[in-house]
Amino acid sequence: MKPDSTPDSVITFTQRKSELHKLTRRQLLKRSVAIGGSMVVGGGFVAASSATWALEVQSGEPSMMATLVQMARDIYPHDQFGDELYVAAVKGHDEKAAADAPFKQFLEEGVGTLNTLAQDQGYKHYLNVGWEAERTAILKSIEDSEFFQTIRGGLVVGLYNQEAVWDLLGYEGSSFEKGGYLERGFDDIQWV
Amino acid sequence: MAAPFDVNDNSVVVIIGTGAGGGTLANELAQKGISVVALEAGGRHLPQDYLNNEWPSFSQLAWTDMRTTSGDWRVAKDFPNLPAWIVKAVGGSTVHWAGASLRLQEHEFRARTEYGDLDGANLLDWPVTLKDLEPYYDKAEDKMGVTRTNGIPGLPGNNNFKVMKAGADKLGYKNCHTGRMAINSEPRDGRPACQQLGFCFQGCKMGAKWSTAYTEIPKGELTGNLEVRENAHVLKINHDNNGKVSGVVYQDLEGNQFEQKARVVCVAGNSIESPRILLNSASSLFSDGLANSSGQVGRNYMRHMTGSVYAAFDKPVNMYRGTTMAGIITDESVNNPDRGFVGGYEMETLSIGVPFMAAFLNPGAWGREFSAAMDTYQNMAGMWLVGEDMPQESNGITLSDEKDQFDMPAANVHFDDHPNDVAMRNHAYQQGMALYDSVGATQTYPTPPYPSTHNLGTLRMSRDAKDGVVNGFGQSHDIDNLFVSDGSQFTTGGAENPTLTIVSLAIRQADYIEKQMNERTI
Repeated sequence: MKPDSTPDSVITFTQRKSELHKLTRRQLLKRSVAIGGSMVVGGGFVAASSATWALEVQSGEPSMMATLVQMARDIYPHDQFGDELYVAAVKGHDEKAAADAPFKQFLEEGVGTLNTLAQDQGYKHYLNVGWEAERTAILKSIEDSEFFQTIRGGLVVGLYNQEAVWDLLGYEGSSFEKGGYLERGFDDIQWV
Repeated sequence: MAAPFDVNDNSVVVIIGTGAGGGTLANELAQKGISVVALEAGGRHLPQDYLNNEWPSFSQLAWTDMRTTSGDWRVAKDFPNLPAWIVKAVGGSTVHWAGASLRLQEHEFRARTEYGDLDGANLLDWPVTLKDLEPYYDKAEDKMGVTRTNGIPGLPGNNNFKVMKAGADKLGYKNCHTGRMAINSEPRDGRPACQQLGFCFQGCKMGAKWSTAYTEIPKGELTGNLEVRENAHVLKINHDNNGKVSGVVYQDLEGNQFEQKARVVCVAGNSIESPRILLNSASSLFSDGLANSSGQVGRNYMRHMTGSVYAAFDKPVNMYRGTTMAGIITDESVNNPDRGFVGGYEMETLSIGVPFMAAFLNPGAWGREFSAAMDTYQNMAGMWLVGEDMPQESNGITLSDEKDQFDMPAANVHFDDHPNDVAMRNHAYQQGMALYDSVGATQTYPTPPYPSTHNLGTLRMSRDAKDGVVNGFGQSHDIDNLFVSDGSQFTTGGAENPTLTIVSLAIRQADYIEKQMNERTI
């Protein structure tokens, strides 16, 4: 893998993840700057310290995307969801920012505000803020902003419309192709 | 002359919309040998096309043309351009509806007499009684195959119903069952029995649920007397020098405009679009819009008092499995002012999938309280609360400053809750939460109203022409050959899901139109 090569326009997250797994943790750390729980791997990637996920950033702003991933988790925190689900939920913003300079600036300013508010609390930036409650307090202070509402609004569909999320929440979805739920537990509870 | 009809054929009845009202009326008239052109704004989607996936289905079916909102209802804040969740397709909202088929109660037809003069409420008795409508309710229930009528067995109860029933028993409610549903519990009318797919709101992929899209419409077309023109978006209704309506202007997908000439025009575009069309048809003769001498066109908009209660338990429920709304408690639908409000409400099972739960559980909410609620999804039970809301003259449809894709003024939907609506909703929340608490809920979530699915009252029936827009047969007080054939006719809303009443009124109206045409009064 060449993190500094020209990003492919369409690389699915899973493909990228498997490639990343080929790197040793030491190799990853060598290339990366740690910020919070995630790292900016050189050349346009953000990855988890644990190397369980990575995002090839198309807008050229890895630290911005790392912040958005953390912000997404803070807005809708599900501790059983891996970061890759939040990455998938905000990836569209990165893609849009790559093609839309005013939107990129809009995101940069929003993330800049988060970092400034974090600095007011004595942290280096938002990703370094220690407790969720502290990050939530920062988000609360900007919840009426267009930036916050854009990110939150996007997550409603971006996060919860993923089939991997349905699986984790126990929602089986469509049953037609399996003959419905008639023989698949539509009335199976015994506890009432 | 057989369908298709020429646009200059002025002998036809033109029906705008093909949902519960328009689709039923189209078939009923066609069966009588009357030539009908039905103009449908949307395309034709049939069971094989329906998508059992909430957002893609929404994109396929929902009416998402520009609309605006105002008023103190929360929908105006959370979904400012989506006041209603209704369908733009052949079959209208009968594609999307849950199938609950309830008759209005006797006292609900005379709400003004029964409830008295409430401050801020523009109550009126219907010019129709339950007795007038009973023969047509009989016909509608037979046509639609409503369970628990005509010897049709009830649907089996799913997990969500089992929780509701256990709670109803604990609370001492006496009337809880799997509903009167226009969903086949056994094969009937060439359609199969329900296989408990879930996704009733996304269009029934088996066709077990009655929808005009694949019952009334094809039956009418088979007579050769009905032409359904799809993707024909109506812009306005024209009239002649005598003040009779004479044709309907519509636009096709390519942007071509046509005028279909008409002997009779029936408006059935739902309670938002129907008044909008009449308002957009203003002329020098009718400067306030068609059929509006009373000034009531677009007013008295009702959306039913609604709300939902979801509850989390310590064990799985999997409420989404099976028929969405086959569960009802009717005990609270009586009028008992001792509860602090007039009118009543129904409690009905309801479930939505994870994608819509995220959007509707508490719109705008975020943080751990919200995501913790989402984490309980598999263990949730849910119910919808639907009751009579008060007609208010200031609630309604006006022409917005915004334009739609046809450059026509969009509908603005204004709604403020009446204090009676608020009191009823609070009572309903308390009862719903108490019900789930009684069977061991660990959390309850009183969920705000969704974008409106029951849109009623904006062209209401009245005995006296000064109080409403149409008479007891849905005929305009002002223009004899103009009819209203959808839920806009409702003088008041009642507590019940409106579709069965809309269908019954359409069957009755068809008899009336036939008689009037034979007598050449129209």
